Amino acid sequence: MSELNIKYHNDFLKEVEENVEEGKWVKMCMQCGVCAGSCPLGPHWAHPPQELFMMVRAGKRAEVLGSDSMWMCTSCYNCVVRCPRKLPITQIMHGLATYSNQLGLTPKIQPTRDFSILFWKNCTRTGRVNELKLTLGLYFMDGFMAGIKKGWAMRGIGLGLVKAGRLNAFELLKGHVCKDQKGIRAMLNKAAEIEQRRKRPAV
Amino acid sequence: MTTPIATSQTILVVGGGISGMTAALEAAECGKQVILLEKSPTLGGRTSLLYRYFPKLCHPVCGLEINLRRLKGNRNVRVITMAEVTRISGTRGNYTVAAKVSPRYINENCTACGECARAVSAEIPNPYNYGLDQMKVAYLPHDMAYPLRYVLDPSAIGTEEAGKAQAACKYSAVDPGMQEEALELTVGAVIWATGWQPYDAAKIQPYGYDRFPNVITSLEFERLCDPHGPTGGRILRSSDGKEAKNIAFIQCAGSRDENHLRHCSRICCMASLKQTQYVRDVYGEDGKSTIYYIDIRAIDRFEDFYQKVRKDPTVSFIKSKVARIAQESKSGDLILHGVDTEGYHRYANTHDLVVLAVGMAPSVHGADIPAEIVADSSGFLEPGSGIFGAGCASGPLDVNRSVQHATAAALRAIQVINQNSNAEPAP
Ligand SMILES: Cc1cc2nc3c(=O)[nH]c(=O)nc-3n(C[C@H](O)[C@H](O)[C@H](O)COP(=O)(O)OP(=O)(O)OC[C@H]3O[C@@H](n4cnc5c(N)ncnc54)[C@H](O)[C@@H]3O)c2cc1C
Ligand code: SF4
Ligand code: SF4
Ligand code: SF4
Ligand code: SF4
Repeated sequence: MSELNIKYHNDFLKEVEENVEEGKWVKMCMQCGVCAGSCPLGPHWAHPPQELFMMVRAGKRAEVLGSDSMWMCTSCYNCVVRCPRKLPITQIMHGLATYSNQLGLTPKIQPTRDFSILFWKNCTRTGRVNELKLTLGLYFMDGFMAGIKKGWAMRGIGLGLVKAGRLNAFELLKGHVCKDQKGIRAMLNKAAEIEQRRKRPAV
Repeated sequence: MTTPIATSQTILVVGGGISGMTAALEAAECGKQVILLEKSPTLGGRTSLLYRYFPKLCHPVCGLEINLRRLKGNRNVRVITMAEVTRISGTRGNYTVAAKVSPRYINENCTACGECARAVSAEIPNPYNYGLDQMKVAYLPHDMAYPLRYVLDPSAIGTEEAGKAQAACKYSAVDPGMQEEALELTVGAVIWATGWQPYDAAKIQPYGYDRFPNVITSLEFERLCDPHGPTGGRILRSSDGKEAKNIAFIQCAGSRDENHLRHCSRICCMASLKQTQYVRDVYGEDGKSTIYYIDIRAIDRFEDFYQKVRKDPTVSFIKSKVARIAQESKSGDLILHGVDTEGYHRYANTHDLVVLAVGMAPSVHGADIPAEIVADSSGFLEPGSGIFGAGCASGPLDVNRSVQHATAAALRAIQVINQNSNAEPAP
């Protein structure tokens, strides 16, 4: 019994229901396979949604929360429109990713997560996304030399954007910001507070 | 037509499939007066369009024949075909029913000699073969038709075809001047046995029923396998007329699906299991059937049948609801894409022909039936106080259960009539 408990956390489904966005839907999956077969990224993942949901129910906590799969979801909603049980699959996928991130269980090199963090920092700093800084941040994510290489490869597009007035090199210095910086900060703090109240991660 | 005499002692049965015929006969054999209204030109309903019945794989003809013999021997049932109820008012024990009877353009004189059909040349899609072939505008629905009388399609009226049919008939049976008639009936109880409709397969977009000629429904497959059907019992593809030997059956096509029908249609697993045996009958060991399923629901006593098919080496089972079908444009073959649940293997399997095991939708629309009738979340009828659903109008059932259910409905209707006759002593 106890051995089984170590191998399979039988209360993992409950944990997901309580902590993951739309997690209460996981038990409604009837394992038909339509989502797995419909997902355009399915062939490139370890676990399609169908399998991930079964793993949740089987109590495979470490495998689920440490999986790369939910980070690969592109929110195309193909699965959601076809699911015969109308599960909000996309939301659950993002919910699982968020929860895994909260607990620090995400795999070390996870580009989707790294980009999300970059994006979040960029847009919450001033209330506006600074596209130039975001792009450069992305290029240099894998180190200085890699950044230079990528920037060089993309120089044609960059120059084209400058010429068309879609990119302003001065944005790198200060850039546009939202007027009410204090208001933005207060709003973000409030949102974080609400989220904390809603989700109490059971570690 | 003379309006039938009906009183609050009469039971009205709407729908002349196996359920309606059973309900009408059971009540009539208890001495009750029954009027049986059928929308189409013949009794028999959908069962007369099946090739064989599970579980014993007998032909539907014999069951129908017994019922028709009972019907011919009973004076208490009045059958009116091509009739539809338009309104019901009143309460338990005393309903007023309005119905319209469409013209058949051929009267009681018809001997079913078939001369009119030979004389006309215009053709229309044959609904008795689900439009897989054409039939003449003067036609007999099928060999088991009751009444055994030809029909002239309304499209022939006002054209020279009607004249040709009239000229060919030696019995003055063709009457292009026939008009629609209105009926008003007083009845004590109503049995609603309007049966079911196949779910519209074209609505299941990823399966391409409306785009790929070699994706067909389970009902069309019944007709293909029937020696009296459009291909003389050969399983031919409509794209190129080639024999299909590697056939996929997709279960729950439109059933158990919040986007389509919510309910399990209950008979389609058995229907596909049965149909794999048609394939075996035609090709022996050379045919190949593959059933794609969520889970096999061979309801109660039918588990044996399922186990027998499981052992058949020509039949394989893949536990997966197919996600998408693509067509190979050159060959017309179909590629089924999905992931199986037993191991999560991704597949892309090629088949000659795909049969969608379509779900059963209730066929209760069209008439203004009183509020007393309640339907469940799928639209099937729940029992009322004086109006009773029978057979597939009340839920997806096989023939055996439809007959049981119809017998129960007859008993309920008889109770209403008996209460009526107790309340008003016989004159
Ligand atoms: C692919 C397939 C294979 C099947 N194979 C089998 C099998 O092997 N064995 C088995 O037991 N069952 C089988 N079934 C199930 C079987 O078809 C049903 O159980 C049976 O048809 C039920 O009969 P019913 O009289 O209730 O309905 P129906 O057969 O639908 O009859 C209803 C009748 O009512 C008439 N009607 C409809 N609306 C009106 C109206 N408004 N007014 C007047 N009349 C109306 C219709 O014209 C029809 O004649 C199969 C079903 C499918 C889909
Ligand atoms: S489509 Fe829906 S019911 Fe089917 S396996 Fe995916 S989540 Fe489960
Ligand atoms: S929304 Fe995500 S999980 Fe769903 S099909 Fe698209 S990529 Fe796959
Ligand atoms: S309508 Fe006349 S010609 Fe046609 S089948 Fe009947 S009797 Fe024969
Ligand atoms: S009987 Fe089988 S195929 Fe039909 S809806 Fe139920 S599970 Fe699906």
